[in-house]
This record gives sequence, C-alpha cells and structure tokens, in this order.
Amino acid sequence: MVLLAFSLSPLSLLRAMPGACAQGLIWGIMALGVYITFRLLDFADLTVDGSLATGGAVAVMLIRAGVNPVIALVAAFASGMAAGFITGMLHTALGIPGILSSILTQISLYSINLNIMGKSNQAINVDQYRLVVSLRYISGDAASKFKFYGGVILGCIILIMILYCYFGTEQGSAIRATGCNKSMAKAQGINTNFHTVLALMLSNGLVGLCGGLYAQYQGAADVNMGRGAIVIGLAAVIIGEVLFGKISAGKRFTFAYNMAAVILGAVIYYVVIAFVLWLKMPSDDMKLFSAIVVAIFLSIPYLKGKYGKKGAAA
Amino acid sequence: MAFALELKDIHKTFNKGTINEKVALDGVNLKLNEGDFVTIIGGNGAGKSTMLNAIAGVWPIDQGAIIIGDKDVTSLPEHKRAKFLGRVFQDPMTGTAATMSIDENMAIAARRGKSRTLKWGVTKAEKERYKKKLQTLDLGLEDRLTTKMGLLSGGQRQAVTLLMASLQKPELLLLDEHTAALDPKTAAKVLALSDKIIEENNLTALMVTHNMKDAIAHGNRLIMMHEGKIIYDVRGEEKKNLKVSDLLSKFEEVSGGEFSNDRMILS
Repeated sequence: MVLLAFSLSPLSLLRAMPGACAQGLIWGIMALGVYITFRLLDFADLTVDGSLATGGAVAVMLIRAGVNPVIALVAAFASGMAAGFITGMLHTALGIPGILSSILTQISLYSINLNIMGKSNQAINVDQYRLVVSLRYISGDAASKFKFYGGVILGCIILIMILYCYFGTEQGSAIRATGCNKSMAKAQGINTNFHTVLALMLSNGLVGLCGGLYAQYQGAADVNMGRGAIVIGLAAVIIGEVLFGKISAGKRFTFAYNMAAVILGAVIYYVVIAFVLWLKMPSDDMKLFSAIVVAIFLSIPYLKGKYGKKGAAA
Repeated sequence: MAFALELKDIHKTFNKGTINEKVALDGVNLKLNEGDFVTIIGGNGAGKSTMLNAIAGVWPIDQGAIIIGDKDVTSLPEHKRAKFLGRVFQDPMTGTAATMSIDENMAIAARRGKSRTLKWGVTKAEKERYKKKLQTLDLGLEDRLTTKMGLLSGGQRQAVTLLMASLQKPELLLLDEHTAALDPKTAAKVLALSDKIIEENNLTALMVTHNMKDAIAHGNRLIMMHEGKIIYDVRGEEKKNLKVSDLLSKFEEVSGGEFSNDRMILS
C-alpha cells in the first residue's frame, strides 16, 4: 500500500482534471437527454447507446465533406431526433414495449452508423477544420482554455434555459403530464402517443448533439463510442439528484436547478472516473465499476423505503 | 332534437375466446337529455364503470354507437373524445398529475380538446382565475397554487379534479365512483361539491355510485345495471319518492338469489 501511495503522483491527477471536466460537460448534454426520458417521460430509453454514435458519425462525415462544424452539430441533433422517432413509433404505433423498442433501434443503429462512416471509425484533424470543441483547446494556452470552458459552460446554460422554457409551454406540460399520469393526460385530451414520440425525439436529439460534440472533442467518431452511454447518463442523473436534490427542492426554477445538477452530475462522474483511474484501477474494469455505482444509487430509494424507517422519515 | 348522449346497443366482451371471457356490456341503450344528472347503481361487475369507460373511449367497443350531442364519437380515440367529456375517477391519483403543481394541472385541464402549442403552459391571468376558482372550494388551496398535486389529500385531489372537469364546460361529466375511496365526511363534501358544480354549470352528468342513498338523493334520474344491461330507469317524481328498500327489492327481483351476496355492499 505504501509503495502504491508513493507511485501515485498528485500532479498527474491534477493534469487529468481539465479533461475530466470537459468530458463531463459534454456528456452532461447527453445526460440531459436521459433525464428527459428517464425522469420526465418515465421511459427507459436505451436508444442513446446508438444515437450517440449516430450523432458522432453524422457530424464527422459532414465535417470531412467540408460542412461547417456548427452545422454538422445541427445535423447530429437532427439524426438523434430521427433515431428517437423510430423508437417512438415502434412503441406507440406498433405497440412494442418501450425498452424493447429502444433496444431494437439501438441495435439497428449499429449497422446504420457503420454505413454512415463506411468503416468502424473516422477521424477529423483539428488542424484541418475549425472544430467547435477539441481536446487540443484545453491543452493550449490560458486564453484557449478560457474560451473552451467558457464556451461549453455558456452552451450548457443556454441549453438549460431553452429546455426550461420548453417544458413550461403547453406542449412541454403535455409531455410531463404524459410521463406522470397517462390516464390523466388522455382524459384531458392529450395525445399521449404523439407526446411520447416528441419527448423521445427531443431526448435523442440532445444525445446526438452530444455525440457530435464528443466526436469533435476527441477528433474521431467510433461505432462503439456510445456503448454504455445510458449507464453514464443514468449515473449523471442520479449523482445530480443525490448531491443537489435537496438544495433545489421547492425553490423557484427548481426544474432548471435539476437540469444543472444533471450536468454537474456528469462532471462529477468523470472526475470520479479520473480519480479511480489515477488509483491505477484497470480501465477495462471501468464499465463494471460504473454499473455497480449506478445500481447502488438506483436501489437506495427502494431499500430506504423497505428497511430504513429513519431513512423514510428523513 | 339531438340528445346530450345516446348509446345505441353497446356490446363489449373482454378476453373474447379465452377462459376469462367476460361479457361486460350486453346491449346497452341510453338517451340523456341536456341537463340530466343520472346516478348509476348495480352490483359488482354489473357494467357501471365499463359503460363510463366505453363512453370515454378507453378501449373500442365491439358493437353499437356512441353519440355525444350530434357527434358520433364511436371511432374516436380517448384523447379526442376528451374534448366533450369531464372525468373524475374512483382513485384520486388517476385524475391529476402528482408531480405537477395545482396550477399546472388546472392549466392542462383548461386546454382540454385544444392542441398543445408552444405558448406558455400557465399564464399570469390564468393563475388569477384559478385562484378564484380554488377559493370556491374553501379548502385553502388558493394560496397553494404551486404546490405539487401529489402532496394533497385524496379529498382535495378529487375536489380539484372536479374543478378541472368544469374549467372547460364538458358536454358530459363522467363521475366514476369518485367518492368511494374517501372517508364518509370527505365523501359527503365532494358529493355536495359535485352537485354544486353540475348545477352552476348546468352540466349533463353520469355518476356511478355504490351507495343507494346517494343515488336517490342526487340527480334527476336513476338507472340500475345488471350483467351488462340497464334493467331499471326512473326519473322525476318517481325517482324522488324512491326508497332504498324499493331499490333492494327491485334488485332482488332481477338477480334472484345471487343478490344476497351483494346486499352488504349496496346498502
């Protein structure tokens, strides 16, 4: 143990932090998508594992074809929406259980992503294109760091504001009612099928956007880049709720705080991952580690209700 | 002249062709005049709630036609029929969205039958209107507009659901044992509120109840169902003069011995 402690350099942990924060902020956008389906719509949507790579693939191929990287992000968003639309139609029009619909879409997207890219991965060089985000920017000088984090954080805030407003509209309220109580929604004349599809499209649009951003960030899209994304998304949602849920509860703009908590949850997730990697945990075990953490946090409310009288009263 | 509601020979069988086959509605015919307030009684499995669900379009019927006003709604899905209907359910949890606030619930109800646009879900002017509406309930809810619906008691939730049903005047109000899950005192309050809302808005209403006294005391017409059919239909003076014992004997007459099992529940 002592030997191990000596071999760990605090400096290397420090050096890993900017990257972890950047990844967290970008993946936080995907986590917002997961939050929409998992919490607002009450739909376990596994499409994200596929639609994330679709967003990445679309963005990279468009950029390689000379399209402006910002417009490529818009296309990534749209491609994610298309994926969500398919899951939604499988579920609402064809009556396939939600989780199964999303698995079918996810599996089919694997082939589609390979077709988009023509092979399992495609790279873009930051020197060749004016990318929106890139690993390179955070290893550059202070000005480029500031620009990068400022830009990404500002982007996240704008996104939260847009979503906050959207879910305050008639349509957004109808989505929330659909997710909360389908009987009530139908009795009030809400087309629950339509609003389920809409929410899935919005959610996967965000996931696609995240894929497009992340592909630019790491300079490549890979057909496997979305594998396990749903677990990261859930982890971010849950970490956000556990750590910040009490702070935001009952205030004005609670919903905006909740979304900010989701993005912070993603950042914390990546910081923890960086920390665990720094402890020399083999990176092969990361997915197992993430899954265990998510399983623990998901089971806490249930176990609290079942066994912990103290927990229930708190 | 068109009726407020017309049911023409409605049939519905659940789990057709299986061992669990159950004929729930077996040729129901009913015509309601505008302003009719009809109470519906009958034993368990008589088809009372099933009839309300058929009208609301929870599932398609096997045969027959449902006409609300002059519109044949038989083939319309549930959310499209909602335009014409106000509904309050037996379970207080069913009628409202627990994770949304009182004003958001009311705003959703106020837009029943309208398309959901990108305009604000709840406007300032609406909030004032809802405050005034909530004041009439006398439950102190007017100061709790942004409270989550899930934090209210069952009685409070039913009261708000009733209010929601009347925000946009429905052509027909469906009350499906909406006081059955409440304690007697709260049930009486919610019933009185139902009366008031129906009278003030001059609504046409169908109310299912297990309580014969309530069925006699409320509304201008009473129907009794048995095995998916309407077997008794009284109105006006005749209904006013009904006694619980009359209903019991009527019930015994049609159902024979099997009724003795239901006596406890009905009286």
